[in-house]
Parts: sequence; structure tokens; C-alpha cells
Amino acid sequence: MSEHEYIPKSKFGKWFNDRLPLLTLANHLTDYPTPKNLNYWWTFGGILTFCLITQIVTGLVLAMHYIAHADMAFDSVEHIMRDVNYGWLIRYIHANGASMFFLAVYIHIFRSLFYGSYKAPREIIWIIGIIIYLLMMAAAFLGYVLPWGQMSFWGATVITNLFSAIPLVGEGIVTWLWGGYSVDNPTLTRFFTLHYLIPFLILGLVVLHIWALHVPGNNNPVGIDIQKPSKDTVPFHPYIVIKDGFALLMFMIVFAFFVFYTPNILGHADNYIEANPLVTPAHIVPEWYLLPFYAILRSVPDKLLGVVAMLSAILILAALPWLDTSKIRSAVFRPLYRQFYWILVADVLILGYVGAMPAEGLYLLIARVATAYYFIHFLVILPILGFKEKTIPVPLSITDPVLGGSPNLALAKKNKFEN
Amino acid sequence: MSENKIKRRDFLFTATYAVGAVGVGATVWPMIDQMNPDASVKALASTEVDVSSVSPGKTITVLWRGKPVFIRRRTQEEIQEAKAVKMEELKHPEKDEDRAKNPEWLVMLGVCTHLGCVPLDQKGDYNGWFCPCHGSHYDISGRIRKGPAPTNMEIPEYNFVNSNTIKIG
Repeated sequence: MSEHEYIPKSKFGKWFNDRLPLLTLANHLTDYPTPKNLNYWWTFGGILTFCLITQIVTGLVLAMHYIAHADMAFDSVEHIMRDVNYGWLIRYIHANGASMFFLAVYIHIFRSLFYGSYKAPREIIWIIGIIIYLLMMAAAFLGYVLPWGQMSFWGATVITNLFSAIPLVGEGIVTWLWGGYSVDNPTLTRFFTLHYLIPFLILGLVVLHIWALHVPGNNNPVGIDIQKPSKDTVPFHPYIVIKDGFALLMFMIVFAFFVFYTPNILGHADNYIEANPLVTPAHIVPEWYLLPFYAILRSVPDKLLGVVAMLSAILILAALPWLDTSKIRSAVFRPLYRQFYWILVADVLILGYVGAMPAEGLYLLIARVATAYYFIHFLVILPILGFKEKTIPVPLSITDPVLGGSPNLALAKKNKFEN
Repeated sequence: MSENKIKRRDFLFTATYAVGAVGVGATVWPMIDQMNPDASVKALASTEVDVSSVSPGKTITVLWRGKPVFIRRRTQEEIQEAKAVKMEELKHPEKDEDRAKNPEWLVMLGVCTHLGCVPLDQKGDYNGWFCPCHGSHYDISGRIRKGPAPTNMEIPEYNFVNSNTIKIG
């Protein structure tokens, strides 16, 4: 946070700022001291903001043409695709935008896991992030139901039925969620309402996420605190703005590739068949971004425990700041954690792969091993590693290793060779 | 004067919170209950099916309360097979006699008790139904034999109006 008191130059500016200090806020955001060693993995916060705005704007436009009724929803989506001017473009941006949003959020989360961004004093930022991630999954699921295709309908049936695993009140909750005895028109209308609401809840949480971030400031690749702002930081504008802007441009190329060249590759062909409550598609799979959790659900042979395992897999992340006992933030200085980190990345990718495969034979076995490892990583490896691991000494400041004058850097290099 | 002594003001605070809580509860409940099945949904609670065209070994599927109901006319072999199963082999022990009042006709909700998919007819390891979503196998009485589903497929309330018509619900 900038320490100096900001005073607007113009007379009107002063008058306005005394009544509502928006200009002070704008000045804080512009001057916000940012660690100068941030790499491109730190550009995904900006990219995610772009994704959220894109989803809200395209979603607003789609809602002008979409009809939330079980008899008309499917046709209205086809109407958007065929008749509405640029409807195909707007819908493809919205549908692929959801995938791009998750792609960016997974990179953002794994960035935090590698550089220990969730550790003190940033636990609240991290927990708000997990809540945003949960809401993103809810919004994505609700949105996927709206076209009222076969995957929409059966995805909605399977996911709402997860609640029936709750003892005693489960069935009542499911009937309440449906507004009937099966997924039907009352379900569709409420899903549309909630799908419209959630992005604005996310927007509010993003403000809190950034507010909480601006209290301690950004973590950085070496994971140490800023020693001297004048030496270790650069102002957010123009340095980070330009860097984020460039990264966003690269990201938009990938985004545009999906929208214009393979707009349906991330979806399922079955969703171009209108919902039919009498026939379940032969192979039900969720969208790619939910597959690891789906694999965990299916790997447990008991209904209630499967649901518990799936929810725990997400909620365990919220406890991460306390499960990871190491005082060193960045994996750069944690040689063992770095290896376990990449094993975890592989584990999640494997879970995603088996989640897309039929739950039988070898796939089921792999899913079970990978599920067990996922929990072992967080509940056993991380707590023990903090005490057992021999870490590499961290530099004295962000600037030191750049100038090459740090005795710690020499020590770090020496240790690296010895190991 | 003791610090812990209950004052008149404490009583007022407690009474105010209590009345406030009741008021909030009474206001929130309609907001929650409006999501439960409405009168028009509840009104569609029964349906009549003509089963005269169903030959032995065939299943028809009808929609009841938005859910599929399987009506299977079982062959003699299938009835024998369903009756021969020992109770200790079952995850959710139910006699076939209790599931099919008239053994020739099996009427049940075609909804997998795991996560609500519609199982496929004449599939799976037990000559009954197989759910493609998460691999639950049901026998020819609709009882769960293998897979994640916790219970047998549900038998709805139904009766024979005459020999050709079944009323479900």
C-alpha cells in the first residue's frame, strides 16, 4: 500500500475525492507496489478477471434470446445459433469461455501451490479463492443444464441426486431442488435464475480477493517478503499492466482458436439431442474441468462415502495453509516438495483422464490409487514434509539474487550441487 | 453489586432476539417452501397404462411424475430365476413375491438408486438391468446385485384396474 496521502490535482477532483475517495482508490491501484520478479504465472489473475467479464457480457446477451422453459429451451438455443445475428459467435464465446475460465483458474491455483501463495499472511485470499472456485463450478454446472440437451438433463439428474446420499433428509432435499419428482421445468427455471445470480456473487468475491491481496501485497517466485519497496517493487502501472496485457493477448489467441476452429471439441455431441427423461445416454461424463472430482466420486464403491470423498477433495484445499507446515513458501527452495508437487500435478491429470473413461477394470483401479494418493499428498506428505525437508536457504531479498551479491545465493548453489 | 446479576435490560435483549428470530424464520420459510413441488405438479400424481399389447419377455417404459416406470411381463424362467435367489446373496434383501404382487408383471421405477440414471434393459451380469452411468447391475426382480447403488429399484404404488390396465400412483 502506498503510504503517501493522495491529493487530486484539479479543484473538482479534490471536491469529489473529499466526498467519495474514488480517486484515492484509483491512485492506490495504479501505484500499487508489485514485486519486480513476478513471472508470467502471475498474469492469470488479470486473465481471470477478463474471463469473468466476458462471461457476464456474453451471458447477458444470450439471456435476451434464451427461453427458460422445458419445451422451448432447446429450440431457443438453436434459434440463437441459427437466427440471431452473431448468436453463434456469442454462444460459442460463452460456452468455450467457461472452459477457458477453468483453464486459467487451474493454472492460477497450481501457481499458488508451487509458490506457496496460500501461506501466512495470505490464508484469507486463498480461502476466498476456493469459495470463488466452488461458485464457478456451480455456475458452470447450472449453465450446462440450460440448453436442455441430453447431457444437460442427465448431468442435472446425476448431480442433484448427489444430495440424496445425505441420510434421512436427502430425498426431501432433492425433491426441493427439483421442485417436483424429477428434473423438469421448475428445475430449469430456478437453475436459470441461479446461473444468472452466481457471476455477480463471484464478482463481489473477486473484489474481496483483490482487497485481501492488497493488504500484504503479492507473493513472488522467491516467496520472501518485500524488504525495501524502492528496490524490490515496481508500480502496478505501467509495468504489470503491460505485462498482464501481453499475457492476456496470448491467452486470447488460444481462446479464439477454440471459438473459431473447434467450437464443439470441449462439449459432447449428445447435448445436441433434446432432453429425453426416458433414455440415459450410454456414456455420461461431465465437462473436462470437473473430471478429476468425478473420478474420485466413482472410485468409492459406497454412495454416501463417494459424495463425501468428492466434496472433501475440494474442501481440503481450504485447510491447505495449515496442512502445509513448511515455513518456506516457494517450491524453488524446497527440493522435496518440488518433486511431490509435480507428482500431484500428474495425479490430478491421471484422475481427469480416468474420469473420462468407463468406471471398470484397470481404469477403476487407477482411479482408486490416484484418489488415495490425492488425499495422502495433503493429509500425510505435506504435514510431515514441513518438519523433515532440508530446504535451500532463501535469498536475503528479491533484489539480491539479481545483483548476484548475496552470500545466500552462493550457499544455495553449493547446496544444490551437493544434493 | 455483582457483575453477573441478570438485569432487566438482559431480559429485554433476550426477548427481542427471540421475537426477531421467529420473525426471520416466518419470513424465510415461504421463500424456501416455494421451491417444493407445487399444486400442479402434485396433481399429476397418477397415470393409467394399457398393457394388453405387452408380450412375455418384453418391457415397456411409461412416464410417471416425470420419471420412467418399467413394466415388464416376465417369462416363467425369469420368475423362477427371481424366486430362486437366496436372501443372503442380496445387498438389499427383498423377496420377489414382495416386489411383484402378480409375478408375471414387474412394475418398478426405472431409476437407478445411485444417482438417478435410467438403467438399460436386458443388460448386465444378472440378466436384468444395467446402469450405464456408474455400473450398477440389477437382477430380473430389479434388485441391486453389484455396483454403487445402495438399494433395489423402487416399486411405486400401483394396482390392476382390470386385467389389461395398470394404474400407477
